[in-house]
Amino acid sequence: MSILVIAEHDNLTLKVATRNAIAAAAKINITLATEIHVLVAGVACGDAAQQAAAVAGVAKVIVADAAHYGDQTAENLAALIVAQAGGHTHILAAATSNGKNTLPRVAALLDVAQISDIIAVLDADTFVRPIYAGNALATVKSADPVKVITVRTTGFDAVEASGGHAVIENIQASTDLGQAKLVNRELTKSARPELAAAKIIVSGGRGMGSGENYHTVLEPLADKLGAAMGASRAAVDAGFVSNDYQVGQTGKIVAPQLYIAIGISGAIQHLAGMKDSKVIVAINKDPDAPIFQVADYGLVADLFQAVPELVAAL
Amino acid sequence: MKILVPVKRVIDYNIKVRVKADNTGVDLANVKMAMNPFDEIAIEEALRLKEADVASEVVAISCGVTACQETLRTAMALGADRGILVETDVELQPLAVAKLLKAIALNESPQLIILGKQAIDDDANQTGQMLAALMGWPQATFASKVVVDVAAGSVTVTREVDGGSETLALTLPAIVTTDLRLNEPRYATLPNIMKAKKKPLDVIKPEALGVDVTPRLTTLKVTDPAPRSAGVKVANVAELIHKLKNEAKVIA
Repeated sequence: MSILVIAEHDNLTLKVATRNAIAAAAKINITLATEIHVLVAGVACGDAAQQAAAVAGVAKVIVADAAHYGDQTAENLAALIVAQAGGHTHILAAATSNGKNTLPRVAALLDVAQISDIIAVLDADTFVRPIYAGNALATVKSADPVKVITVRTTGFDAVEASGGHAVIENIQASTDLGQAKLVNRELTKSARPELAAAKIIVSGGRGMGSGENYHTVLEPLADKLGAAMGASRAAVDAGFVSNDYQVGQTGKIVAPQLYIAIGISGAIQHLAGMKDSKVIVAINKDPDAPIFQVADYGLVADLFQAVPELVAAL
Repeated sequence: MKILVPVKRVIDYNIKVRVKADNTGVDLANVKMAMNPFDEIAIEEALRLKEADVASEVVAISCGVTACQETLRTAMALGADRGILVETDVELQPLAVAKLLKAIALNESPQLIILGKQAIDDDANQTGQMLAALMGWPQATFASKVVVDVAAGSVTVTREVDGGSETLALTLPAIVTTDLRLNEPRYATLPNIMKAKKKPLDVIKPEALGVDVTPRLTTLKVTDPAPRSAGVKVANVAELIHKLKNEAKVIA
C-alpha cells in the first residue's frame, strides 16, 4: 500500500503546491513507512513528470498523458484517480482551486469522506483542519479505508525540488467522459511572484479608493520589495482588481515572511487568509481598525503619504 | 426546467464564534443563525433564471434539524416556489448530504442544481462536487457567471480559479457552485415573507430516502487557534523600516 499525491501542474511546470502536499504525505508516511507516488495527469506533460520524479521522497511517478487531461477538468481527472485508487491508503492534493474542484468527486466515487484543508498530521488517520474561517481548529479522525485529503499549502513547508530519483510509469488514460469542455481561460499575466508562493506580499483594501490608486500607489512598493500583490475582498468587490488577487477565507490562504496590509480594515474573513504570515505590517489611517490587533507593526497614517515615503526610503 | 437549490442553516456570518470550554465544538446556544451566504447567492441565481423564463420552478432543500424550516422559509420569501426538509438530528457531513440530495434529485429530475461553494461553518467545500460525482453529472465550481442554453442542453459557466478565470461548457443536467461575485442577493420583502408562510414545505426523514447518514469523520476536539498577539505601533515610516530591517529582519 502507498500514498498517492495528485500533481498540480500546467504540463510544463510542477507547481510548488505539489511539494507542499508531498510534505504532508511525508508526515503521514512517518507512521506508515510506505512509498509516496505522484500522479501527473495532463497532455504532453513529460516535463512536469520529470520534475515530479526529482522531488525528494517520491518513489514513483504515474503519468497519464492524454488530450482530455490537458485542461484538468474534474470529471475526467476524478475518473482517472478513482481508477488508480487501489493500493493507496491516502490520496492527497493541494487545496488549490484544482484540488478543491476534483478531490471531493474522487471521495464521493470511493464512498469515503474528504478531509479538507488539513494544516497538521497527527497520525495516519488523524488530522487538524481549520473551521469557521480559521476561528477554530478541529482535530478529526477518519475511519474510512482510504483517506482523501486536501492540504492547505501554508501548513506544510514544501519538500525539496531535487534529490529524488523516482521511477516513471506511464499508464493508460481513462475514456473521455465528454461532459465538460474548456471554452476559454484568462490567466493574469504578471512578472511578479505568485501570491501563494511569495515571500513578501503587498496587499491593498478598500482604503485604496480606486483601481488606479491601487496600481499607482502599491506597484512601486511591490517592485522595490520583489513582492506579490494581493487584495481584500472589499477591494475585489469594488472592482479595483480581479478575483485572483483576493486573500481571505474564500480567496487565497497565504503565509509569507512579510505581509503588508495597506488600507485594509481587517475583516474576519480577510484575517483568515493571512494571519499565519510571519510578520504583518498594517498601514491604516483608522487607529481602531481590527487589522492592528494582528499586526506586528502598525502605522496609523494616510496611506497616500506613507506608502510613497516608504518606497522612497527603501 | 426545474432548478434545485440546497440551503444550509449556519451561524450568522457577523457572529464571532466561540470555542466551547470543553473543546467539543463551538458554542451555538442562543446564537443567531442564518442562511449560508453562498447559498443566498445560489438562490438568487436560480431566481434570476426563473425571472428570465429559463427555469420554471425553483425548489429549495435543506438537510438538518427542525429549525432548518426557517432557512427554507427564507428561501421561499426570496422567491423559491417550495421547500423540502430532510429532517434529522444526526450531525450531517458532506458525503451524507450529497447522498440525501441525490435521492431527492432522482425524484425531482432537475436540469440544474445550484449550491453554495462552501458553508461558512465547516468550510468543507465538498457537497456540490460530491453530488455531481454521485449523479454522474458535470460540474462547474466557483461560478462567477452562469448562462443556460436550454435548447442546446448546455450551461456555460465562468469560474474563479487560482490564476484568474476560466469558462467551461457543460452538458445539462449539471451542478454549479457559486462564488462571491456571481450576483448580489436580494432582500426578502415583508409581503413576500408573509406569502412564504403559505408555500408548500415537505418534511421527510433520511430513512425514507434510504440513505445512511452516519458520520465518517469523528471530531476528537475543537480548539482555539494559537492567538496572535498585537504588536507595536510605530510612529513613522523611518521607524517602520528600522524595525523591519533590524528587529524582524524580513527586509535587507
